[in-house]
Amino acid sequence: MKAKHQRLILVIIALLAIVGAGLLAAWSLRNQANYFYLPEQMASDPPEVGQAVRLGGMVKAGSIKTMPDGVTVDFMVTGNTADAIPVRYSGILPDLFVENSGVVAEGSLGPDGVFVATNLLAKHDENYVPKELEGMGTEQAAKMASETTVGLKP
Amino acid sequence: MIAEIGLAALWLAAALAVLQMVSGVFALRAAEGEINPLAIYARPAAVVQAALAVLAFVMLLYAFAVTDLSIKLVASNSHSMKPFIYKITGTWGNHEGSMLLWVGVLALSGGMLAAFERRLPERTMGATLAVQGFVALGFYAFLLLSSNPFERLPVPAAEGSGLNPLLQDIGLAIHPPTLYAGYVGLSVAFSLAMGALLTREVNPAFARVMRPWVLGAWVLLTFGITAGSYWAYYELGWGGWWFWDPVENASLMPWLAATALMHSVSVLAARDALRTWTIMLGVLAFSMSMLGTFLVRSGVLTSVHAFAVDPERGAFILGLLGLYIGGAFTIFALRAGAVAEGKRFAVTSREGALVFNNVMLSAILAIVLLGTLYPLLTEAFDVRVSVGPPYFNPAAAIFAIPMFLVMAVGPLLRWRSDKPARIQFEMLLIAALVIGVIALVSFFGSYPFLPLLGLGLAAALGVAAFLPLRGRKLTRVPVATWGMVFAHFGVAVALFGMACEGAFSQERLAAVAPGGTEQIGDFAVTLESVAPVAGPNWTAIEARLAVRQDGGEPVMLNPQARSFWSPPQSTSESALLTKWNGQLYAVIGNQAEDGRWQIRLWWKPFVTFIWYGGLLIALGGILAIAGRVRVDLKRRVAVEKGAQRRADLDGLGGVPAPVPAE
Repeated sequence: MKAKHQRLILVIIALLAIVGAGLLAAWSLRNQANYFYLPEQMASDPPEVGQAVRLGGMVKAGSIKTMPDGVTVDFMVTGNTADAIPVRYSGILPDLFVENSGVVAEGSLGPDGVFVATNLLAKHDENYVPKELEGMGTEQAAKMASETTVGLKP
Repeated sequence: MIAEIGLAALWLAAALAVLQMVSGVFALRAAEGEINPLAIYARPAAVVQAALAVLAFVMLLYAFAVTDLSIKLVASNSHSMKPFIYKITGTWGNHEGSMLLWVGVLALSGGMLAAFERRLPERTMGATLAVQGFVALGFYAFLLLSSNPFERLPVPAAEGSGLNPLLQDIGLAIHPPTLYAGYVGLSVAFSLAMGALLTREVNPAFARVMRPWVLGAWVLLTFGITAGSYWAYYELGWGGWWFWDPVENASLMPWLAATALMHSVSVLAARDALRTWTIMLGVLAFSMSMLGTFLVRSGVLTSVHAFAVDPERGAFILGLLGLYIGGAFTIFALRAGAVAEGKRFAVTSREGALVFNNVMLSAILAIVLLGTLYPLLTEAFDVRVSVGPPYFNPAAAIFAIPMFLVMAVGPLLRWRSDKPARIQFEMLLIAALVIGVIALVSFFGSYPFLPLLGLGLAAALGVAAFLPLRGRKLTRVPVATWGMVFAHFGVAVALFGMACEGAFSQERLAAVAPGGTEQIGDFAVTLESVAPVAGPNWTAIEARLAVRQDGGEPVMLNPQARSFWSPPQSTSESALLTKWNGQLYAVIGNQAEDGRWQIRLWWKPFVTFIWYGGLLIALGGILAIAGRVRVDLKRRVAVEKGAQRRADLDGLGGVPAPVPAE
C-alpha cells in the first residue's frame, strides 16, 4: 500500500465516522428533542402519551393543591387562551413557584390527560427567565417579570 | 487612577500585539537561515504584552478588593458587605472581568512561549508568535471596544448590587480560572500548529515543543471540568453531577478535542506519523475553546453563566470566531497537501488504535456539538426544543463503548505493526471481565442497560490500565508511562462512579414533621428541628437532620434554604455525608400547610469516585508532563556534554568526530 493510499483511507474512515455521528445525531435529535408546548398547543394538538416534552405557561390562580403526602402538587397551567392543562409534580418546588407566575414543566402527558412533570423550572432571580417564556408577548413577559420577581420595582 | 492604569495597560498591550504580529510576519518572510532585522521584536513584544495584560488584571482585582464603586463593573457586581474572598473571586464572576482573565491568560501563555521556547526554528517561531498576536489582538479589541471592564460611572454608586449568590462559593474561586487557563493553553497549541503549517515544519521536533502545552491545557481542562461538575452537584441541589447543560458541553468539547490532540501529538513526537491529523486537531481544539467562549459569553444561552444578554457582544465574538476558525481552516486546506507524508503503520498497531480512538473522540465531539447547537438552530425557525440526557447518553455511548474497548488493548500493542494473536491472553481477560461483571450484577437485580455496561467496562479498564506494566521492572518504567497508567485507571474509576450512581442511586422524597424519621438505604434520617439562621449576606432556614447508619451514632446534617438579599435570590444548600462507599445527599424544601417539611434524600453509592477519577486523570497528565520535561532536560544536558566532548576532541585534533545520534 502506498503512503498516499493509506492517508486517503484514513481520511475516508474518519469522514465516514464523523458523518455517521452526524446522521445518528440528526436522527436521534428528531426523536429525542424535548419539544416545547404552550397550553393551547397541547390542548389542540397533544403530544403522544409518554413522549418527553416541555410545557410552559402561567400557573393558574387558585389551582395549586398539595396532596396528602405533602410532596405531590397538582396545578393548572394556562397560556394565552382559556385552555388549561392539569399538571402533577412530586418534588421540591422551586422557590419562586407561585400562582400567576411563569413556569416550564418538563415531563410527559399521561394517559389520563394529566401532565406528569419530572422537573419544574421557575424564575430563580431577575436574570433568569425560562427561555421559552420569552415568546409569550412582551407585555405579558414584562407583567410577569414585575409580578414574580422579588425586589424588582415596576 | 487604578482603573486608568489598567485601561492604559490594555491599550498598550493591544499595540504590542500589533507589533508582535507584524514582526512575526517579517520573521516568516526572511529567507532560510537569515534573520530579518525587523523580526527581533516579536519575542520582547510578547513578553511585555504579557506583563501589561497581567497588570491590567491585577488592577481590576485591586478595584474589586477595595470595592471601588466608581467603576461600573464593581458597582454592578460587588457589594461592600460581601465576604472578602468573594470580592476577589467576583472579579471573574462577570462578563468583563472573565474576558479580561481570558485575555490575561492568553497574553501570559504567549509571553511564556516567547520567553522560554528556544528549540523551534526562528521562522516557525515568528509565524507562531504572529498568529498568537493576531488572536490576542482580536480579543483586546473585543474587550476595549465592546466590554471595557474599567468603565467609570459618572457618579459613584452608593452601594453595589452584589453577586449572584450561586456564584458566591469557593468553587468559583478555582473553577473558571482553571478552565480558562485550559481553554487558552490550547491557543498556544493552535498558534504552534499554524506556525508549523505555514513554514512546513510539521515534524517530531515540533511535536515535542507542542506536547507540554497540550498536556498542560488538558490537565487544567480536566481539573476544571471535574471541579465544575462537583460544584454543580452540591451547589445546585438537584443531586445530579452532569446535566448536559450547554455551558457544561462548552467545556467538554475542547476537552474531547484536546484529548484526541494529546494522543496524536504523542504519536507525532514518537513515531513521526499523523502529521496533518495533529495539525487539524490543533485547529479544532482551539476552535472549540472559542466556540465555548462564544456560547457562554454571548448570551445566546440562558443560564447562570450568561451574565450578559447583549447581541452586540455576541455578534463581535461570532465575528472573531468566524475570522479565526475560517482563516485557520482555509490555510489548513491550502497547505495540508504540502505537508510531507509521515511514517506509515499497520491497522493493528498502537498508532492504529490511537487513530481509531481519535476518530471516536471526534465522533463524540460531533454528537455533543450538534446536540448543543440544535436548539439554537431550530429556534431560528421558531421551533423550540431542548435537548437533554435522552439524546446525549445513548448517542455518545455508541461511540464511547468501542472507544473504551480499544483503549483497554491499545497500550498493549506494539508501534507500527503487531499481531492480535500476541495479546490473545489480555484480550480474553478483558472480554471475560466485561461479560463476567455484567452477568454478576444482573444476577442480583435488574438495572438500566448503560450503567450495567459501564460497570463491566470500568472493571475491564481498571485491570487493563495496569497490563502495560506486566513483565516490566517497575522501578525502570518511565514517569510518562506511569502517567498513562494513572490516567487510564482514572477513566476506569470515574466510569465506575458514574455507573454506580446511575444503577444503584436511591431517592426518597417525603414531607416530614419534626421528630419524624425516614429510611433510605442503611440510613435512618430523623428531622430534629428546623430553625432560622443568618450569615453575612443571607438568612436561611436550616434543618437539623440526625443520620444513623444501622442504628449507630447519629451524625448531624444541616441542609439550608438560603435567601440572599443583594441581589434578592434563594438558593438551596445541600448537606452531604461522605462515606468511603458513597454520599448521602440531603436537601430541605418548603413547608407544607400542615407544618411538615419537605425533605429530599439521596443515597448515591460510589458517586465520589467520579471526581476521584477526574483527579486521577489530571494527575496522570501531570506525571506525563513531569516525565517529558525530565527526559528533555536530560537530553539537553547530554547534548551539551556531547558537544563539549566533541569540542575537546577537535581541540586535540586528528580524531574524526562521530555523527551525533538524534
